[in-house]
Amino acid sequence: MAEPVGFFTDTTVCIGCKACEVACKQWNQLPATEGGQNTLSGDSYDNTRKLDGTHWRHVQFIEQFTEDRSDGRWLMMSDVCKHCVQAGCLEVCPTNAIIRTEFDTVVIQSDVCNGCKACIAACPFGVIDINPVSNTAQKCTLCYDRLQNGLEPACSKACPTDSIQFGSVKELRERAATRVQQLHDGGEKRAYLYGADEKMLGGLNSFFLLVDRPEVYKLPPDPKLPSSNVPMSALVSGLGALVAAAIALVNFRNRTKEP
Amino acid sequence: MIDAPSSAWFTVHPDWHWLVVTYFFFGGLAGGCYVLAAVIDLLGRERDRPLARVGYLSVLPCLAISGVALIFDLSRPDRFWHLLVEVHTWRPLFQLWTPLNAGAWVLLAFSFFALLSSLAAAAEAGWLRWRAPLRLRSPGVAGAAIAVIGALLGLYVASYEGALLAFTSRPIWSETPFIGPLLVLTALSMAAAYLLLFGLWRRWELPGMRVLQRIDAQALGVALLVLVALVVSLGGSARALLSPINLLLLAALLVVGFIAPLALRMRGRGVAVAAVLVLVGGFLMRTLIVFSPYGASA
Repeated sequence: MAEPVGFFTDTTVCIGCKACEVACKQWNQLPATEGGQNTLSGDSYDNTRKLDGTHWRHVQFIEQFTEDRSDGRWLMMSDVCKHCVQAGCLEVCPTNAIIRTEFDTVVIQSDVCNGCKACIAACPFGVIDINPVSNTAQKCTLCYDRLQNGLEPACSKACPTDSIQFGSVKELRERAATRVQQLHDGGEKRAYLYGADEKMLGGLNSFFLLVDRPEVYKLPPDPKLPSSNVPMSALVSGLGALVAAAIALVNFRNRTKEP
Repeated sequence: MIDAPSSAWFTVHPDWHWLVVTYFFFGGLAGGCYVLAAVIDLLGRERDRPLARVGYLSVLPCLAISGVALIFDLSRPDRFWHLLVEVHTWRPLFQLWTPLNAGAWVLLAFSFFALLSSLAAAAEAGWLRWRAPLRLRSPGVAGAAIAVIGALLGLYVASYEGALLAFTSRPIWSETPFIGPLLVLTALSMAAAYLLLFGLWRRWELPGMRVLQRIDAQALGVALLVLVALVVSLGGSARALLSPINLLLLAALLVVGFIAPLALRMRGRGVAVAAVLVLVGGFLMRTLIVFSPYGASA
């Protein structure tokens, strides 16, 4: 297996140019418009709105201003599939359509997926959706085809400020830690890494440098694996089935004793 | 989302809608019917055998509706068989830790046992000239074994959707273990209500009809307690139930699905009306469960 690779997204240098979104769509031949129409969201400069089956990169624009807009700041973040080391989508897929590649990334095989949508509900980050062209679940592949040919993913290649950096996860984590220290030394004490260590789903191969709470970036503060819910649910469901069976058995057993 | 009560609120809905509600409803009814039919066969009186026969004969049609709903809920219905067969090797696919894969296999197995019991019931009703299938129903070791295995599979079919929904990251679904018991208990009450309605339609006066009323009321009573436990177990995420649609569904469910039929059963009146309300309540319950995460917007 090749060395695990991923993205380190430093949101402090994102300028919201959306080159990553364009490069992603171009390389992966994703439709640029929704049903042939361009629509405006009215939400800052964000007309992409969310990650889904045709938007595998999404640049968020978060405006933090005072009411009279005399003071404030922009937060911008290019969001993407996290390629979790413990991936919820992968564990719930009933058809084996979702695989872990030799690069430790998570890829949906479009020829196998039957669109059951279990992965959409399982992803703790709300990354996956149905692509209306193929009618299968799709998301960022971390440009699997480019990786197989020794190329870096299209989005990081296109990023003009190196907000999106591609490389081996180990090296990216070291680089990210240095960057956080640099920001702290420069007075930006709010900087921290989201998903860079193994506490979060075994580590996110796409991790982020943030300067506000995760919720501000529409990221879950404490994502969990879906399988962690199952033992208790199965146990209680089993007890429920036992009670249901007991109700039926006891009532008809009594019946046989009646004259 | 800044004031979201849990990380589950950052996820997106898989667009499981009415087809999934239909799948849950008819799957539950099929499971419940088989369990009741098997119990009547094994423990009930000889006179109640017609009730068991209706139960067995109703399972396959319910499973057919349920299966069609499940297949057409897929974005690629032409690939439904990918749930059972490994596409690249053409070998059977056993991903039994995933409820969808396990559920597909159990549905297949349950359909087989339902077919055996249906053949026996049809032979007993005189619909078949072939008498051999009579052995597939109790009394007799083979019939009893089929009834027991089929009933266990029926219980699984009626309850596994709880694990199916828990095996997600969605609000409510992933945040309570009580959906499974709620589904299986209401499946039992729905099946009892359905058999009662059939018996009333055919003007049967069988001893088992009163037993079914008791079963229906007891299952509903326990389900009501489970519903309360479910809401309490949600903690802060119970806020999702306060959206206008969810509140309306919850109120309708409590009145139509629980309070009215239980009151009618306690007074011993309106047997048919109560049975219809139980079936409507079962459908409302599944609608609320499937759609409730939509209420989770901070």
